[in-house]
Amino acid sequence: MLANYGYSDGSGDYFITIDTQRCNACGACVMACPSQVLVTVDEDPNDPENDGPVVVAHGDRVRKLRYECDPCKSTANTTMPICVVVCKTFAISHSW
Amino acid sequence: MSVDKQPEFWRWDETNWVNRDIEWINSEYITLGIDIGSVSSQAVIMCDGEIYAYGNMRTGSNSPNSARNALEFALEGATMKESDIHYCIGTGYGRVNVPMADRSVTEIACHARGANFIYGPSVRTVLDVGGQDIKAIRCDEKGKVTNFLMNDKCAAGTGRGMEVLSDLLSVSIGEVGDRSFDIEVEPSPVSSACVVYAKSEATALLRQGLNTNEVLAAYCLAMAQRIWSLLERVGVEPEFAITGGMAKNRGVIDRLCKKVGLEPMKTRWDTQLAGAIGAALFGYSLCRKGKSKRR
Repeated sequence: MLANYGYSDGSGDYFITIDTQRCNACGACVMACPSQVLVTVDEDPNDPENDGPVVVAHGDRVRKLRYECDPCKSTANTTMPICVVVCKTFAISHSW
Repeated sequence: MSVDKQPEFWRWDETNWVNRDIEWINSEYITLGIDIGSVSSQAVIMCDGEIYAYGNMRTGSNSPNSARNALEFALEGATMKESDIHYCIGTGYGRVNVPMADRSVTEIACHARGANFIYGPSVRTVLDVGGQDIKAIRCDEKGKVTNFLMNDKCAAGTGRGMEVLSDLLSVSIGEVGDRSFDIEVEPSPVSSACVVYAKSEATALLRQGLNTNEVLAAYCLAMAQRIWSLLERVGVEPEFAITGGMAKNRGVIDRLCKKVGLEPMKTRWDTQLAGAIGAALFGYSLCRKGKSKRR
């Protein structure tokens, strides 16, 4: 399942996409994220019949994603946000 | 001097229904799905996966009460009592505040499952335009979500905006769709569907000399564009179905479908019920799998 966390408002589209089929819930992105946007949960809240841990975006932080992700977006020496870089299964992508 | 009370143009009809043909006493699992949205609350009771009763009403200012009111409304005229229900799942914006819920499931999963039930298994894309958020969901033939997007930060293009507009223009909410097509030339859309600016945008158009119907058309078109921009992100695959209150507003839906290039599926059920139906169905399948004990 492609889970798009984020929002679109007058200023643009801000979404983090997590591919739950690729995500193995290793937690590398959770550890790496400087803003604690990502969390590991025991059961996917959007797929109640499927047991097993998965990474989701934190509910409160999703609504201000543009600002929460700022530490990774504004540095000139990184080309990709740290969560995307550390993910070994290529499960995370950003829309902006 | 007495002042007449202003009619409430935004107020939509609250409905309930009981299927008297179902012998609920013989059913193995009686499950309840309660969907507390930001604007409307629904309670759906299913007997072994078949709809026995539903209630659809406005959410009050108190979530636990809304859940109880919706359930009482659904059971109005039914022979069943609350204590006969085996399992209850809460969903929607206020799902953590449903006092009788045994567990909660997100509205994403419930809407996909509910749409799968009311529109049939051929549904692949579900668009839910609710009171304050828009959900675009892609699902498989079992109603399992494969791709989703929910925009609950910005209420542009949602039912709340339509309520504000209908109130400002004194057009009852049920007539908005038809009246927005009662025009000679389609006006250009308002610059944004933002609910906060809805009144000032609409007033500006009225000052420019547009009539009420043209303002409605301009706003409906802006909302359709807004919804389409979100829908595009997950992509649209036939069959295409729309749930939530906005599915009843052809002013927005017909304009949206022109952009999508697909006709939405039809149903005899109230489109606002999809979330609660999905929740009741999850309750039923969890009970059958033995993952949940009946009360």
